[in-house]
Amino acid sequence: MSVVLNDARGRSLLPSIVSYGADGGVEVGYGAEAKQSIDPKNTIVSVKRFMGRGRKDIAHIESLPYDFLDTEGMVKLKTIAGIKSPVEISAEILKTLRNRAEASLGGELTGAVITVPAYFDDAQRQATKDAARLAGLNVLRLLNEPTAAAIAYGLDNSAEGVYAVFDLGGGTFDISILRLSKGVFEVLATGGDSALGGDDFDHRIFCWIIEQAKLAPLSLRDARLLQVRAREAKEQLSQHGEVPITVKLGSGEYVDLVLSTEVFLEISRTLVQKTLAPCKKALRDAGLAASEVRGVVMVGGSTRMPQIQHAVAELFKQEPLNNLDPEKVVALGAATQANLLAGNRAPGDDWLLLDVIPLSLGLETMGGLVEKVVPRNSTIPIARAQEFTTFKDGQTAMAIQVVQGERELVSDCRSLARFELRGIPPMVAGAARIRVTFQVDADGLLSVTAREQTSGREARIEVKPSYGLSDDEVAGMLKDSFSHAGDDAYRRALREAKVEAQRLIEATRSALRDDADLLSTLERAHIDAAINTLEAATAAEDDRRAVDSAMQALSAATAEFAARRMNQSVQRALTGRKIDQISL
Amino acid sequence: MTSFDLNFAADYFALFGLPRVQSLDLDGLADSYRSVQSQVHPDKHAHAGAADRRLAMQWATRINEAYQTLKSPGKRARYLLQLLGHDPQIENNTAMPAEFLMSQMELREAVMDARAAADEDALDAVRVRLLSLIREEYVRLADLIDVAKDYAAAADLARQLMFQEKLLNEIDDALEAVTA
Repeated sequence: MSVVLNDARGRSLLPSIVSYGADGGVEVGYGAEAKQSIDPKNTIVSVKRFMGRGRKDIAHIESLPYDFLDTEGMVKLKTIAGIKSPVEISAEILKTLRNRAEASLGGELTGAVITVPAYFDDAQRQATKDAARLAGLNVLRLLNEPTAAAIAYGLDNSAEGVYAVFDLGGGTFDISILRLSKGVFEVLATGGDSALGGDDFDHRIFCWIIEQAKLAPLSLRDARLLQVRAREAKEQLSQHGEVPITVKLGSGEYVDLVLSTEVFLEISRTLVQKTLAPCKKALRDAGLAASEVRGVVMVGGSTRMPQIQHAVAELFKQEPLNNLDPEKVVALGAATQANLLAGNRAPGDDWLLLDVIPLSLGLETMGGLVEKVVPRNSTIPIARAQEFTTFKDGQTAMAIQVVQGERELVSDCRSLARFELRGIPPMVAGAARIRVTFQVDADGLLSVTAREQTSGREARIEVKPSYGLSDDEVAGMLKDSFSHAGDDAYRRALREAKVEAQRLIEATRSALRDDADLLSTLERAHIDAAINTLEAATAAEDDRRAVDSAMQALSAATAEFAARRMNQSVQRALTGRKIDQISL
Repeated sequence: MTSFDLNFAADYFALFGLPRVQSLDLDGLADSYRSVQSQVHPDKHAHAGAADRRLAMQWATRINEAYQTLKSPGKRARYLLQLLGHDPQIENNTAMPAEFLMSQMELREAVMDARAAADEDALDAVRVRLLSLIREEYVRLADLIDVAKDYAAAADLARQLMFQEKLLNEIDDALEAVTA
């Protein structure tokens, strides 16, 4: 049974707000919330919107109170505590949650499942994983939020059939269509808008107030104050027909208005429409009609708005399912999945989750066009290869641009990475065969390799994430955070290596208990010796290199064993299924 | 212990313990896919060492690829013909019957016109027409492979189907552009 852990004052949620102080102090959550109208410039709300994003990607950037640096790639914010990347700001939130969990559960965390909007692209996912690394979390899996909600809902209600999860949060919108069948959660299609959420509804009210009250350009503090009032008005309209909005501005000027449901419906109509188009597209991608959906699970605080409820009911021709707390269901599903991934499952308590990649991945070809390599809604993990050739005689290098998105032009898609493939043997134009392989893992993260086929030589590639952080940058941030925390980076890395080594030893021993018969006496002796060496290295005081190399040696010694075990488990799965069929 | 030696390099049919036929039992395929994926998926190995996790990802990737290939009648036929030594994509004879090319051109023009006119209904109509054509061809293809065992003719037909499937994708793209 999963629970949402409360903070010391019994509050379960943590507002996504981080406030930096002049003294270098950082406040997160409710403490920071209080600062948002006092010190808007240094108090960052909903940092999720900036993860893996460039300046031009951020909606209404002109009305945000932050000091954005004009940098290439991911935005950076200038705060009183220095220049901060969204990854660092997000890591502050994750650290606070990690501390809360460790305080409640007692002891270090084995790992964490972190949820992301299903429609997050590779840059946003990578940024999230970097933030977790910065916060000292071992990420077991990045899990799509609607999928997490489906796990919580599906397991609770023993649901079978096709379900839609409609997830409208503060800053993002996701729709996922899943088939739940015999303990398998199979995502059929996902869609959404990673820049659409409750905040946009607030913004519409905010603009309406300015227009109605004929306000002159506002100070940062007044703007933030009005944004807060706009949000409150929106929330009250879920219960009442109209709400008064009264604000005293810094200039002494008063705003005194009444917002009615009718007006709110009118000014937010296009936003509601924007949630429906992705629903239709997801249904089309899943090859299903709305009538084939058995239930629509509502997730995210913004689904409380009556106009959203009505629009969903009309599209799917049924009342949406609201019997789960829309603000906790994702966390509960993620916790349940984390328990499974950590290997804590009880017998019979098992399920499989098959998720998809939300946006197509492709490569730039001649003329700035996109060649799709992995289509959207492909089940992950997935690998796809594409062959290219040289177009000049004697060409020895080739630039490869990786993009994500559905549009035909490279300039309309997100550039994920550019890299150069070097060391192609000189040949006549068109003779080289360069195979570019995309691998998307179970977290939905992409890695790219390229190889020249005719020479058989794997050329080295340098991936430069366009909207992410390089490994060096992350390493630099890690070092910074250690020096602030008074921690010793080397000690910490050593401790982590030892934990990983222990995990490897335990996993190997457990495999030996189950399947020792797959090994010859000699192979067994070899593995036992590698375990002993690793144990000795782990027991020694502080030689991280010895731990690492002993870990590598044990992995190498068990590689063939692992492959045989996997073959055997596949055979058993098939044999078991055949016996089931015969007994029917 | 087991009657067949299964490993990572086994062909897609063997991976799911299924016979090499075009008229495949799709429910059986889905069941096999889920059983096998339940063993190899990275989520089942998340607490294991890094090498095991990598192995799990490679297996799950292969199983997904195998499933996607066998699930689609067109991809299945092309894969099966390749196993049988009649790869439709590298056959020397790339000529198509004139009649087929004419009908394709006609359909393609209908799609372009409908897209230009943003006519959703017209696109839907072409889609339905093409889809029923494709379904008939799938039946013929299964017959050629499983019953007549005329692999050369099957390879020709499979190549034609690639054109038709591509056109179907273009219609879907057009529908998306028109309804967006």
